[in-house]
Amino acid sequence: MTEIIILILGISLLLYVLLGGADFGGGILELISRGKASGIVSRAIAPVWEANHMWLILVVVILFVGFPTVYSTVLTALHIPVLLVLIGIILRGSAFTFRHYDIEEETPKAIYSSIFRYSSLFTTFFLGVTTGGIILGDITLDYSQGFYAVYLNPWLNWFSLSLGIFLVILFAFLATIYTLGETKEQRHVEQFTKIAKYLIIALVMTGALVFATAELEGHPLFFEFYHSIPSMVSVVLATLALPLLWINLRRNNRQMLRLIAGFQTTMIVLGWFAIQFPVLVKINDGMDITVQSSIAPKQTQLQLLIALIVGVLVVFPYMGYLYKTFKFGNKASDKQKAS
Amino acid sequence: MDEFLAARLQMAVSLGFHIVFACIGMVMPWFMFVAEWKWLKTKNPVYLDLAKAWAKGVAIFFAVGAVSGTMLSFELGMLWPTFMEHAGPIFGMPFSWEGTAFFVEAIALGLWLYGWNRLNDKVHLYTGMIVGIAGVASGIFVISANAWMNAPAGFDWIDGQAYNIDPVAAMFNKAWFAQSHHMIIAAFSATGFAVAGVHALLFMKNRLEIHAKALTIALAFASVAAFLQPLSGDHAAKNVAKLQPAKLAAFESHFETQKSAPLIIGGIPDVEKREVNFAIKIPGALSFLAHGDFNAEVKGLEEFPEEEWPPVPIVHYSFQLMVAIGMFLMLLAVIFLAGTYKWKHWLEKRWWFLLLVIATPLGFIAIQAGWVVTEVGRQPWIIYGIMKTKDALTPMPGIQYTFYIISAVYLLLSFVIVWLMSRQIKMLQFKYLKHD
Repeated sequence: MTEIIILILGISLLLYVLLGGADFGGGILELISRGKASGIVSRAIAPVWEANHMWLILVVVILFVGFPTVYSTVLTALHIPVLLVLIGIILRGSAFTFRHYDIEEETPKAIYSSIFRYSSLFTTFFLGVTTGGIILGDITLDYSQGFYAVYLNPWLNWFSLSLGIFLVILFAFLATIYTLGETKEQRHVEQFTKIAKYLIIALVMTGALVFATAELEGHPLFFEFYHSIPSMVSVVLATLALPLLWINLRRNNRQMLRLIAGFQTTMIVLGWFAIQFPVLVKINDGMDITVQSSIAPKQTQLQLLIALIVGVLVVFPYMGYLYKTFKFGNKASDKQKAS
Repeated sequence: MDEFLAARLQMAVSLGFHIVFACIGMVMPWFMFVAEWKWLKTKNPVYLDLAKAWAKGVAIFFAVGAVSGTMLSFELGMLWPTFMEHAGPIFGMPFSWEGTAFFVEAIALGLWLYGWNRLNDKVHLYTGMIVGIAGVASGIFVISANAWMNAPAGFDWIDGQAYNIDPVAAMFNKAWFAQSHHMIIAAFSATGFAVAGVHALLFMKNRLEIHAKALTIALAFASVAAFLQPLSGDHAAKNVAKLQPAKLAAFESHFETQKSAPLIIGGIPDVEKREVNFAIKIPGALSFLAHGDFNAEVKGLEEFPEEEWPPVPIVHYSFQLMVAIGMFLMLLAVIFLAGTYKWKHWLEKRWWFLLLVIATPLGFIAIQAGWVVTEVGRQPWIIYGIMKTKDALTPMPGIQYTFYIISAVYLLLSFVIVWLMSRQIKMLQFKYLKHD
């Protein structure tokens, strides 16, 4: 029972990275391309962004129902970066919707756009910082240790900051590849291809930075990856996919590109899961919070599982229908009614 | 500012902000469904325009509701980690169902808003209905979780730990039904009168058919809801009298235990002297309302130690305000229903439109007051009779700063939304003039 809950938690987190990540990345891409992508990004995201962000809600609900100490510990120690993420989520969601629905007028649109872009960057960065705090193991449960040790040190370190930068690049990369698939005009295709290439280089560099800063902070991340076979396999596969990505970029094979980018991101996330499991939150005194130590009683697990399974059975097909309607081969089915 | 007060205020601001958007996001899809259905039936393009005009507003409100709801799902743990650590596994079940319902709502809304040209007419229409049903369902789930805080059930509390957890019993606690119907009806009433008020104002300026149609749809929902609401409130109050007598006593500033207790209307409670000044008192009426018998004994606050009293004046004023507005809206409902079936000329009078304009914000004011009654009335408990709110507070210092930041964000957002909506509404009259 616990295994299935963990599985659904993992899938939700992965889907949040793949789908929500592309949304965040859309804002970052607009920033990088100085607004050139904004029309395409808006059209691509508008029908699906709210559903994409539901994965985060699902993750949170699974945590506070199924793993209550994980939820309370993380939100206490990482209160500050989580608050920054939330403010970012509020600002970018609102600004995006306002931009889409407010009446056409230059100045307000420009303001909404810049809020959307900068808060996408900001939110993604602190999402990475928060994740860094969970992985690194500087969280302390001894709340008498003073403000810095308890509330700042767990996330205000080189590793977490690097992970923040890495996530920004990763999400921007995902968004660029997805957006390429929606782009028709040749000059935009060229521009996004160029951006994608730079982002791939940046991705490799910041990936290395994450490992380096982990060593700097005394967390043997490389060692952990090296010693876990699934992690090693995921890293190798993600790396092997890089030249493939490069070739397809040159050939402009867009569907293939999406697949490879999705695959690589999945590998990165799975690699992380593999070294993390069964630890959910690393604690500085070594008494890590694990699946076993934090799982809710059987009765709760059962009810959670029932709700999740019904949810999966309803949500997955419906989500598929949403994507089918707006994403894949959609143009032909447009009825072109005058509105 | 005191950390504890700051945390409570931050929670109040976040909930108060979210509730407005949640209500509108839950109710408006039903109005749009009716408008679209009328369009398909009559082929009168005004109905289509109306559905689309409303849709713009709904998209904005729904998005802000979604992000402020995301905020809340984290805030519970950021401000009250001890509470969530114990309560999560017990009252989490409705939240996990709410997740599914809200997910369905978000998907269906995406399909509805952007699918005008891509779905067939019937599918599109019923997609709108799915949005409405999923919205009401998620509302009921969330309220059921809140009701558990008022009427904890489904666990044994031994030495500060929960044992024998039964999430199903927790979800169907003794308060869930009364709180749910009261809130869902309130949402329909408040949103209906708000929409009607805006269209009444526009109609007074410019008698467009679109506003007349909008008024009919919004008032049909609002008046049925406002008519039912006092009955629902009566049931809810009787439930509180049974489950949380101290809270009921605070509603009424009822200090002494009494048989044939009077209903206290208005007045200024003096907690020190344990009396209410300048109030209208109807003998025996409180006994009747609380227990269905004019001679029944109603427990006063004196039965409880003073440190377990909720802040009496705040609860008392909020309760009186909520009831007063409820009565006023019920009066409007009666006028509308009478006007629809018999005295048709009433509904064309200037005073009627003026009344509607006045009522625009009232429903939402009553909802805010009602939540103050429920939440402040539960104090000092976060889980009634089990855990005190102050014992659940986060150990992190400096909550007053997060309170200032959150308040500033929501204040700014509120201004932008009001400004944006007024721009949308101004556009309306130019855009839809062509049909008249």
